[in-house]
Amino acid sequence: MHITLQDIQRVAFLARLHLTPEEQTALIEHFNTMLSYVEKLHELQTEDIHPTAHAVDVPSPLRDDVVTNHPNTDALLQNAPARSATFFCVPKIIEP
Amino acid sequence: MECYRLTIHEAADLLRRRELSVRELTQAVLERIQRTDPHTGSYLTICETDALAQAEQADRSLQTGHPPSPLWGIPIAIKDVILTKGVRSTAGSKMLEHFIPPYDATVVRRLKDAGAIIIGKANCDEFAMGSSNENSAFFPSRNPWDLTRVPGGSSGGSAVAVAADQALAALGTDTGGSIREPASFCGVVGLKPTYGRVSRFGVVAFASSLDQVGPLTKDVRDCAILLQAIAGHDPQDSTSVNFPVPDYQATLTHGVQGMRVGIPKEYFVEGMQPEVEAAVRRAIAVLAELGAQPVSISLPHTEYAIATYYIIATAEASSNLARYDGVKYGYRATPAGNLQDMYLHTRAQGFGSEVKRRILLGTYVLSAGYYDAYYLKAQKVRTLIRQDFRNAFTTCDIIATPVAPTTAFRLGEKVADPLTMYLSDIFTIAVNLAGLPGLSVPCGFDNQGLPISVQLIGKPFEEETLLRAAYAYEQVTDWHACKPPL
Repeated sequence: MHITLQDIQRVAFLARLHLTPEEQTALIEHFNTMLSYVEKLHELQTEDIHPTAHAVDVPSPLRDDVVTNHPNTDALLQNAPARSATFFCVPKIIEP
Repeated sequence: MECYRLTIHEAADLLRRRELSVRELTQAVLERIQRTDPHTGSYLTICETDALAQAEQADRSLQTGHPPSPLWGIPIAIKDVILTKGVRSTAGSKMLEHFIPPYDATVVRRLKDAGAIIIGKANCDEFAMGSSNENSAFFPSRNPWDLTRVPGGSSGGSAVAVAADQALAALGTDTGGSIREPASFCGVVGLKPTYGRVSRFGVVAFASSLDQVGPLTKDVRDCAILLQAIAGHDPQDSTSVNFPVPDYQATLTHGVQGMRVGIPKEYFVEGMQPEVEAAVRRAIAVLAELGAQPVSISLPHTEYAIATYYIIATAEASSNLARYDGVKYGYRATPAGNLQDMYLHTRAQGFGSEVKRRILLGTYVLSAGYYDAYYLKAQKVRTLIRQDFRNAFTTCDIIATPVAPTTAFRLGEKVADPLTMYLSDIFTIAVNLAGLPGLSVPCGFDNQGLPISVQLIGKPFEEETLLRAAYAYEQVTDWHACKPPL
């Protein structure tokens, strides 16, 4: 497995992270180190092994469908980087 | 009297006998912080005004009766990934530098309900990602035993605050060792509870199947007291388990007679600092003298734990940290361009380099074409690691290992080499993958005077067994009582 600049750029876009050329170069090395390190997992036979997503085996709990969080617009908006009245503001979405 | 040096239970006794007021105690801790924190960098926010107001109120209510809880009036530090209503909670990140939560995490609410005083927000690695506290976006914390060394991470500030008497106790979080490793490096007691024992509601998420909140304290009894306050089911966290919470203090003194202590051969390997191995083996011998029964065990998949962890934890992190988009809260960049440019630059400027590395690796292992080879494979190996522990616990009651292969390393020593940094978590990570409780207990010093701890690992929801063993050990040793020269 050898990571290319294009791999890094593809993943950076998926993660919505702008990277400088220096960061991209450093990440190629980091990815190659990490991916060759985790390669050791392939020493293990795991065809018949069930994957673990959670360490504690409890069923997903269900609760009654009642409202527990009441509307509190000001509290929700108090940390907004930009707001107008009761809305979050973002840069223009629809291109002309 | 240097009352900031007290443990929770010592202070609670004095408060009950009215030989100390909450105001005196809180003031003493705040003065201790002012005097020593410029050297240690333990706190990101100090809640002086709120803490003193809370203290006055606690004293007033004590005039009419006894303290209703052992935490009444006790100053406690909270790791900055845990949300505190109205008090800035940064998670050690520039992304949340100005974030003021509109609500308390459940663990914080429980501490407040018990009458504890929130004294400040403890420094940590950004989004709890790190083993040295050097990934804090603000400044690194320093080890009070040697200020040129790291305190461990990611709950570094919490561990330093307790070791340096800048709080009577602290809360941290542990995803791969982030309570136990700094507790070990700083010579305090640190517990990662069983996954599901403590609510994660209001805790900034890093890797949701691994994260757990736990106490860092000056001794084992305090650990039991603090765990008692935060443990239990929370309807607001669907992964918190509705399982009875025992009285942890009631069984502390029951001793270790006949307790089988498993010693895994895979945890005593070449490359460990010899003094660490010697101290841990001596601690096991002390437990044996007290009546415990050492047994050899094997955890054969130990060598795969770090690889498994760095796939699962980064995958979960990439998903959890997708929420930081500059829209609803947190940092926003304002580049020329459209919404997409805003996302790209907000995340580029708001996150530090370690967080970016983990988000990107996590995105990669989850991406089309690689999911089976990495993420699914790691989840299967996680099953094998869990089975190792399940098998081991058929022949032992607890497992004893080192917490870390070395004592605290120097600031800057490992920052240039992420993989080497990751390897310092080699003895703690499997416990998170298996969801088990793990307790870090001071058990000696190396020849540089740096603390060493033994890790006790238990069966799911059997924190009381760990606390019992650690308490018995603590009664016949005095490592926990040693103080850094600060």
